[in-house]
Amino acid sequence: MDFLKQPWPWYIAGPLIGLVVPALLLLGNKTFGISSSLKHICAACLPLNIQFFKYDWKKESWNLFFVAGIVLGGFIAAQYLSGNQNVNINPHTTALLKQQGVKNFSSLLPQDIFSFDQLFTLRGFIFMIVGGFMVGFGTRYAGGCTSGHAIMGISNLQWPSLVATCCFMAGGFAMTWFILPYLINL
Amino acid sequence: MKNIKYFFVGLLFGIMLIKSQVVSWFRIQEMFRLQAFHMYGIIGSAIIVGMISVLIIKKFNIKTIHGEVITIPLKTFNWGNVYGGLIFGLGWAITGACPGPLFAQIGSGFGVIAVTLLSAIAGTWVYGLLRDKLPH
Repeated sequence: MDFLKQPWPWYIAGPLIGLVVPALLLLGNKTFGISSSLKHICAACLPLNIQFFKYDWKKESWNLFFVAGIVLGGFIAAQYLSGNQNVNINPHTTALLKQQGVKNFSSLLPQDIFSFDQLFTLRGFIFMIVGGFMVGFGTRYAGGCTSGHAIMGISNLQWPSLVATCCFMAGGFAMTWFILPYLINL
Repeated sequence: MKNIKYFFVGLLFGIMLIKSQVVSWFRIQEMFRLQAFHMYGIIGSAIIVGMISVLIIKKFNIKTIHGEVITIPLKTFNWGNVYGGLIFGLGWAITGACPGPLFAQIGSGFGVIAVTLLSAIAGTWVYGLLRDKLPH
């Protein structure tokens, strides 16, 4: 139990995450992917007359059970497996982020940026709302996210997924190195 | 309730996301600054295990637990992979979370991330609305 409560090293967590791929295939021919759940939620709640959302989302509802499980898994890990402790990142990263204006390093996310009282500040609006919008818009435009493209797609040797993954990384590098320092300072 | 099994796979996946700290904004920062191997190790080893699993399933023609033939839909390239990928990457470095971690963060007690998730759903919806006008 003590082992479970420690942060899991990459060589334990990575292979376990990889095993989700065959688990879903063997249980019912399902391909690993999270961002599709956002599409199914749109199709279920507000399809209007949009062609893209006119399909039988109920046939894909396994994906919604899957993401509901992730929420409960997050709760269990945080409540019972000391999941929400401070993250032991590279001291150089910490120093740099402090210099850029991040103050709170006590949990998984910097709470001085991600909190309800920050939501209506310009910085909070960009980090929580604009950022979220880009994640939802970009993943659907790209046809998948880190799970669907980077893990499932590349596992199945799909070159479009490799292209998409390289673009995810390129976008992330550009934001982190060139834009984020200004956003943190807002 | 044939779908309940996926709930339990999701539950285990959620625990993995938290315990590996993949859901941490700080880990994503460290990754994009090339200051730690942690995230590369996780994504890389997950891909290797996934790839070997898919190879074994195909090679031995392994069926699902219900005896169906396993088929994995192929991805066809379109320019959305590039444009959308870049937009997602830019957003990923801001939120520090791809879609899976958003769900796990909410469960772990960051209620405010429900707003980020709603915004992501809105982003998906706007993509659906504008799809025909966007270059692919």
